Amino acid sequence: MNLFYLVAFLSIFFSLLVIFSKNPVHSVLYLIVTFFTFTIHYILLNAQFLAIVNFIVYMGAIMVLFLFVLMLLNLNEETEPLKPTLLKVMGVVAGMCLLVTLAGSLKALSVSEPVVLQNANLGLVKNLGKVLFNQFLLPFEISSLLLLSAMVGAVLLAKKEA
Amino acid sequence: MENITQSIQGIPLNHYILLSSIIFAIGVMGVLIRRNAIVIFMSVELMLNAVNLLLTAFSAYRGDAAGQVFVFFIMALAAAEVAVGLAIIVMVYRNTNSADINVLNKLKW
Repeated sequence: MNLFYLVAFLSIFFSLLVIFSKNPVHSVLYLIVTFFTFTIHYILLNAQFLAIVNFIVYMGAIMVLFLFVLMLLNLNEETEPLKPTLLKVMGVVAGMCLLVTLAGSLKALSVSEPVVLQNANLGLVKNLGKVLFNQFLLPFEISSLLLLSAMVGAVLLAKKEA
Repeated sequence: MENITQSIQGIPLNHYILLSSIIFAIGVMGVLIRRNAIVIFMSVELMLNAVNLLLTAFSAYRGDAAGQVFVFFIMALAAAEVAVGLAIIVMVYRNTNSADINVLNKLKW
């Protein structure tokens, strides 16, 4: 039980570092740590398939993509554009307003039953694969089309003479 | 595996909702206070991940596998979005020589 609160604290701490660190490369590295804490959350919820996919897709593929683009563009602390302090404070206040609204509506709802894993095998590959290929076969095929078009679009956009 | 999943037994669902709300709000703040296009993009990723975690928690709570399948689809969508978005940022950088979103203020009208 305490493990959850420790990991939750780490997620919040590192996601704060992502948005407040001056150097974009440090932001990406903190984001990788944040995604690792999310992987631990998935393991705690016994969603093992999602934990592995999160580990490979987010921490592997997406973050390498971010890091490569950041290093190719040669962005660092000196070239980092900054907003005026007033706008920053207003942004933080607006974010806090959103948080207060969400937390307040949550308090008004007042459902606080504990999470109990009713089906321990829920997040395993065998179980998810059955659901994915029976109930969600059409969305699965359409998502392959989405990935194909994204790939074509990315190559087309990043080409020199588009 | 038993003793690992034992550790979440007894956590109120509210705490998962609160954690996801906090991380979503941090993502919103990041979009509002940064001017670097790539950092804004990373904040969007944070928001997507907060929603993923919440969907997984609800799925475990209800004992329904559909939530975790949705998370899988969101991850596929996020991969596509990152590929296209980073290509657009590279193109913007090539044309304006910076990743500052303020140089794109001509798009305003």
